[in-house]
Amino acid sequence: MEADWIWGLGGGLLIGLAGAVFLLGNGRIMGASGILGGLLDGSGRSNAAERIAFIIGVVLVPLLIAFVTGYAPDTHVTSNAAVLTGAGLLVGIGTRIANGCTSGHGVCGISRLSLRGIAATGVFMLAGILTLAVLRQMLGVI
Amino acid sequence: MLRILLALSAGGLFGTGLMLSGMTDTAKVQGWLDVFGSWDPTLAFVMGGALIPMALAWRLTKGRRPAAGGSFPAAPGQELDRRLVLGSVLFGAGWGLAGLCPGPAMASLSYNGWQGLVFFAAMACGMMAAPWFSRHLDRAAANA
Repeated sequence: MEADWIWGLGGGLLIGLAGAVFLLGNGRIMGASGILGGLLDGSGRSNAAERIAFIIGVVLVPLLIAFVTGYAPDTHVTSNAAVLTGAGLLVGIGTRIANGCTSGHGVCGISRLSLRGIAATGVFMLAGILTLAVLRQMLGVI
Repeated sequence: MLRILLALSAGGLFGTGLMLSGMTDTAKVQGWLDVFGSWDPTLAFVMGGALIPMALAWRLTKGRRPAAGGSFPAAPGQELDRRLVLGSVLFGAGWGLAGLCPGPAMASLSYNGWQGLVFFAAMACGMMAAPWFSRHLDRAAANA
């Protein structure tokens, strides 16, 4: 679609605005894996309420928008349960070991010129590129 | 109460941005990573768009306090340890494999079918298992 980059830019601005609200309001870095992971492993018990509130917003507002406007986002997610399970485990373990994902290391880290954020983003992008190069271009399995 | 409302608003903005930007469309995300195939540059606009308000926000933290009280995060560490690198390799492989990362996996829960639920459940299990892996990596680093 021609206008993809405009939606990308507009949606990106909203993502950045979300991070700005969380930082300037609550003094916290908006990292999706940290907010969710801290709830799941118990390390974020002291501020569980704001973590839960954030996650409720993330899940329910897109649902509400889709319900009210009838907007149906494209998804194209695979139906291969083994791939979904393996990928989910890798994402869950990897983001928590590295202490961040695309939002925490990527958006919040790069924007403050954090060396760790920039390095992590470079590494996970390269790992993703390599995964596509091998599994899609060479082997044609995903 | 203010903290909760701000967190809810930030979450709502985040989810909306992820949905509208195409970050929950696994074809676009894998297209961005598929540099040797039909490369899709949309993600660069998403990241570029997100960095603008966020960079401004970091500037605004100077000499101020968070609106809801407390303090801003400390300056980031500089050490590139093996946890950062190994964790990011695992994460990037999973991200490429399915085209979902933690934020979009949550934002698309209501419209990504059973596939989104399976991915999310596996990711949650991974997150619960991660402290065990982290402890072993830290121990290995201490013994090195």
